[in-house]
Amino acid sequence: MSASHALGVSDRELMIKSLEYRKDVLRIISHAGAGHTGGSLSSIDILNVLYNRVMRISPARFDQPDRDRYIQSKGHCVEALYVVLADLGFFPRSQLTTLCEYGSHFIGHPTRKVPGVEHNTGALGHGLAFGVGLALGLRHDDLRNRVFVLLGDGELAEGSVWEAAMAAAHYELDQLVAIVDRNRLQITGPTKDVLSSEPLESKFGAFGWHVRTVDGHNVAALTNALTVPPPQGKPMVLLADTIKGKGVSFMEGVLKWHHGVPDVDEYRRAMEELGAALRQVGGHQ
Amino acid sequence: MSARTPSMYSDDARQRAARLGLRLGRPNLEEFAATLTEIAARDRNVMVVTSDSRGSGKLVGFGQRLPKQIVEVGIAEQNLVGIAAGLAATGKKVFAVSPACFLTARALEQIKADVAYSDHPVVLVGISAGVSYGALGSTHHSLHDFAALRAINNVSIVAPADNKETHAAVLYASQAVHPVYLRFGKAPMYDVHGPETGNHVRSAMVVREGTDVAFIAIGEAVIHALLAAEDLYDRERISCRVVSVPALRPFDQGPVLAAARECKALITVEEHSVCGGLGEACASLLLESGARTQFKMVAIPDEYTVTGSQADIFRHYGITMEGLARTAHRLLESI
Repeated sequence: MSASHALGVSDRELMIKSLEYRKDVLRIISHAGAGHTGGSLSSIDILNVLYNRVMRISPARFDQPDRDRYIQSKGHCVEALYVVLADLGFFPRSQLTTLCEYGSHFIGHPTRKVPGVEHNTGALGHGLAFGVGLALGLRHDDLRNRVFVLLGDGELAEGSVWEAAMAAAHYELDQLVAIVDRNRLQITGPTKDVLSSEPLESKFGAFGWHVRTVDGHNVAALTNALTVPPPQGKPMVLLADTIKGKGVSFMEGVLKWHHGVPDVDEYRRAMEELGAALRQVGGHQ
Repeated sequence: MSARTPSMYSDDARQRAARLGLRLGRPNLEEFAATLTEIAARDRNVMVVTSDSRGSGKLVGFGQRLPKQIVEVGIAEQNLVGIAAGLAATGKKVFAVSPACFLTARALEQIKADVAYSDHPVVLVGISAGVSYGALGSTHHSLHDFAALRAINNVSIVAPADNKETHAAVLYASQAVHPVYLRFGKAPMYDVHGPETGNHVRSAMVVREGTDVAFIAIGEAVIHALLAAEDLYDRERISCRVVSVPALRPFDQGPVLAAARECKALITVEEHSVCGGLGEACASLLLESGARTQFKMVAIPDEYTVTGSQADIFRHYGITMEGLARTAHRLLESI
């Protein structure tokens, strides 16, 4: 991938953003004493590429019908979304530290009271059907805007996901993109042990979807997978292979960080690691 | 569906309706479908979503006339509501139509999270509601929908009594900027309103004046209360008021409180479980307001219903002219 991307931001700039976002995620979770650390860190690169490179969306035109839509079906990883929306200017960054405070709109799952959020989520298995409805509505108005729905791999045990998957293929919604943050862990343990949803490639394929598998932490690969259009008439699913807790060595792939909150020492170590990584890619500390 | 559909009315009740000059209209469901089709023909933003339910929803004609404004999701009620919410979020006026029993139970979380909490103004249309499906049994009855939706914030709950209230309800829903639940049965309905009332659904309406007993009734039970009131007066000069309450939310308290002040006894009537419906709404209102009145709830008791047709079930639980007249008698005797 070239250093400067056609859409205005280079891969290196995105990598820097990802590290800064990770620091912000840890900062607000640490401040609040609550949050879904592991999943926010596994999904942050996906959100980064979507919001900074792929989607046609901005605070200025959030009320325009011809905007792209992002639905975070795995609503619990809301800290990643808050951090990215703040960076895009949907609200002042200072509001991030009200996370989970009395009276704050910045609660543990997305709501439309937060600028930039399209839909209230939190109960799993809801986002894809909502996305199907959005895509049908856009098509009804002859708009070609795209709809992106982020799901967790654990979430795929919800039957309603597959009802929506059937409808998306039936209605040939090639404007709709599902992204599975396949970090392979859920609150009880490895997804393959709790209730295996694999093999996802063939399952989604059998449901009539165009399937792409991608490294969910590689901004260039994500960009490519999200910008090359799927075959006409096919909804697309991106199986993004990710690591829960990605970016902090002692959190990566460790179950307790599903919603673990770092203590003072863990926070310091995590920030040091991310700072070192930032220096390595030439970003500010 | 059963091959024979017994009348919802005894011979006496039919004669009473005839003497009153009540017109027997069409099923509210048909009135709903006709009104909605008219509205949608003028506005391509009005859309219907069905879950293999366009036949039962009387929307086959809608689908033929306006094929681009109907979305079929198959037998998948959760998907029905989720998709309806997404459509609404793109500015469509969406009517999600499905049997009330499945819509408000199978898809209850979608109603709560995707429609009500997210405030996408979907119109949820529960068809063949209450015990309309009769002998198909309790899987197909919706005797919980008022209770479930009353406990979910931000959904108007409207159950029209006759064709006129139905027409008004569909207009109200088509203009609503927040979620609405409409509840329809499938039996033909007598008109309960004269020219002066029934033109909107936001307030409870006195459809018959009286001072001894007040029947506070909702939806397709109102007609039975009206016939009972006429019967009681005609035979025994017992003066009965009948109040039609088209909406449980917003709940128009005034006519209920007035009835409690001005009548000796108050009877609520509904095609719903005794738990969580109109009766309990009135009971809590009356107790909190300090009203002192004889009070009785006529509803389906907390049990799986007796088997039989809708008419059998109504008769068994006293939601008929004769049953309600008996209840009024007993209540007055206890004073």
